[in-house]
Amino acid sequence: MSCFPAKIIAALKRRQRPGFEAGLRGSFWPAGKLLRAGILLLSVLLFLGPGGCRGKTDSTSPAICVAGSTSVQPFAEKLAEVYMEQHSRTRIDVQGGGSSAGIFAAQQGAADLGASSRELVQAEKALHEIPIAWDGIAVIVHPSNPLNNLTLKQLRRIFQGRITNWRDLGLPPHAIDLISREEGSGTREAFEHLAMGKTEVSHGALVQDSNGAVREIVAGDPYSLGYISAGLVDNRVKAVAIDGILPTRENIKTQKYKLVRRFLLVSRKTPSGQCRAFVDFILSPQGQRLLEAEGLVGVK
Amino acid sequence: MDRGKFVERVLFLLALSSISSLVIITIFIFEEGLPLIFHTGLKDFIFSSHWAPTKGHFGIAAMIISSILVTLGAMVLGVPLGLACAIVLAEFCSERLRGLLKPTLELLAGIPSVVYGFLGVIWLVPLIRNYLGGPGLSLLAAAVILGIMILPTVISISIDALTAVPDVYRDGSIALGATQWQTVHRVVLPAASSGIITAVILGMGRAVGETMAVIMVAGNALKIPTSILDPVRTLTSNIALELGYAAGRHREALFATGIVLFVIIMILNLSATLLARRK
Repeated sequence: MSCFPAKIIAALKRRQRPGFEAGLRGSFWPAGKLLRAGILLLSVLLFLGPGGCRGKTDSTSPAICVAGSTSVQPFAEKLAEVYMEQHSRTRIDVQGGGSSAGIFAAQQGAADLGASSRELVQAEKALHEIPIAWDGIAVIVHPSNPLNNLTLKQLRRIFQGRITNWRDLGLPPHAIDLISREEGSGTREAFEHLAMGKTEVSHGALVQDSNGAVREIVAGDPYSLGYISAGLVDNRVKAVAIDGILPTRENIKTQKYKLVRRFLLVSRKTPSGQCRAFVDFILSPQGQRLLEAEGLVGVK
Repeated sequence: MDRGKFVERVLFLLALSSISSLVIITIFIFEEGLPLIFHTGLKDFIFSSHWAPTKGHFGIAAMIISSILVTLGAMVLGVPLGLACAIVLAEFCSERLRGLLKPTLELLAGIPSVVYGFLGVIWLVPLIRNYLGGPGLSLLAAAVILGIMILPTVISISIDALTAVPDVYRDGSIALGATQWQTVHRVVLPAASSGIITAVILGMGRAVGETMAVIMVAGNALKIPTSILDPVRTLTSNIALELGYAAGRHREALFATGIVLFVIIMILNLSATLLARRK
């Protein structure tokens, strides 16, 4: 949802007609009409909602529609932005919705490219998959915390709410302030898949709605433990080794680190035309550099 | 068509638009949310506290309880303070001091809620964590922040209620030998009581509906709190936290949460209106 305003503004800009500016500055009525047209357009765009990116393309330049994982979304938006700067005739619409929704959209052909932060399962494997980056999920604690290593099993028991005190990990006794992400978040989805198995994250865990918010709390609270995207770990928090392996760039790329997910783009058939060009751009050194600059680990 | 008639029509349409947006919002929320309530059953939805929407569990009991507790906490802190402020400003204050204090309090209402939330996170939360224990992000933090946020509502409506009490009441009471304090708490307060109750209820509506600041300081954990230092998730936080990603049943469940919130706030506002009319 968050990308809507930007998208509407962009759409309005693209629809700029001669006299747009003049109308606003000139007499009252043209501006009023324009306003009405704008409101109409806005409401149409809003009602189209997710999956509506087919409807609002104009016939001259077919748009590429990328939909899916909210974890991939910010990176896809960044890539699209840079790509569109270089290729002014191509339009790329990036939408969220979650990995499953993105894969479904790609299967139905509603999106040219589905974005997924989880692996494909069963029937989905029929899709054409293009891995674009690796992302590690780092388990973080306050820098003053002496904890350096957790086993995957300990991690699971902590997040299940079965270990609730640092004492059980051999540290001075104090309750663990456990921090998770909100239901539906791609990072949480991946964390549950990689670390929790079929079990649920404890209801006692604090919930924050972004990687940044989790990091902020862990940086301030000496007794906290949370997880964030490995690219976003900075010196205010400490990443803990899982089964003795730290989430370094190298360990993520070789998948020695356990909590690693792939970011995938999926499509019904092998991409062609403009779509192909965009995929090639993502996999090019420039595209991969962009992803690395945003904190991911490239696949090339 | 002459000008006067035209303007009248336009204004009438504008007036209708506010009502129609209320109607549209109501229809929209119910249309989106009701399917889920039918699907899980009202009883399971409201009385179960197992919320795992991506795994098919939709119970909002913990959030209803949290919303009520946070609101009560805010009332306990905000109402006595707000009422005391209103009494001072309406009854005891010099004209000059009132001229200074009232605009200041009104300014308090203009501060965006995200600023309250931010202050809560950087100042109140560490204070609670260091001196009282727990993670800091808690029921208490949310109640304190909300208690401050409802002050302008409570104060300004209470002042209106107090100043609406005719001066002959005060004069009569003083003439009978009552002190000023006796006059206020035996005569003026009872006379203004329905207005003050309206102020409290509207403040309560504000506290129930506040979202941003609460998300930032309440911790948003899903369990039913057992102490004021436990993190809690309110109904509004639940919607705002998860709506960005939700699809299908999950999305419906959030709209259904909205229905519950809508009903609570409608009840509060209606009772405020009824009480105000009783006067």
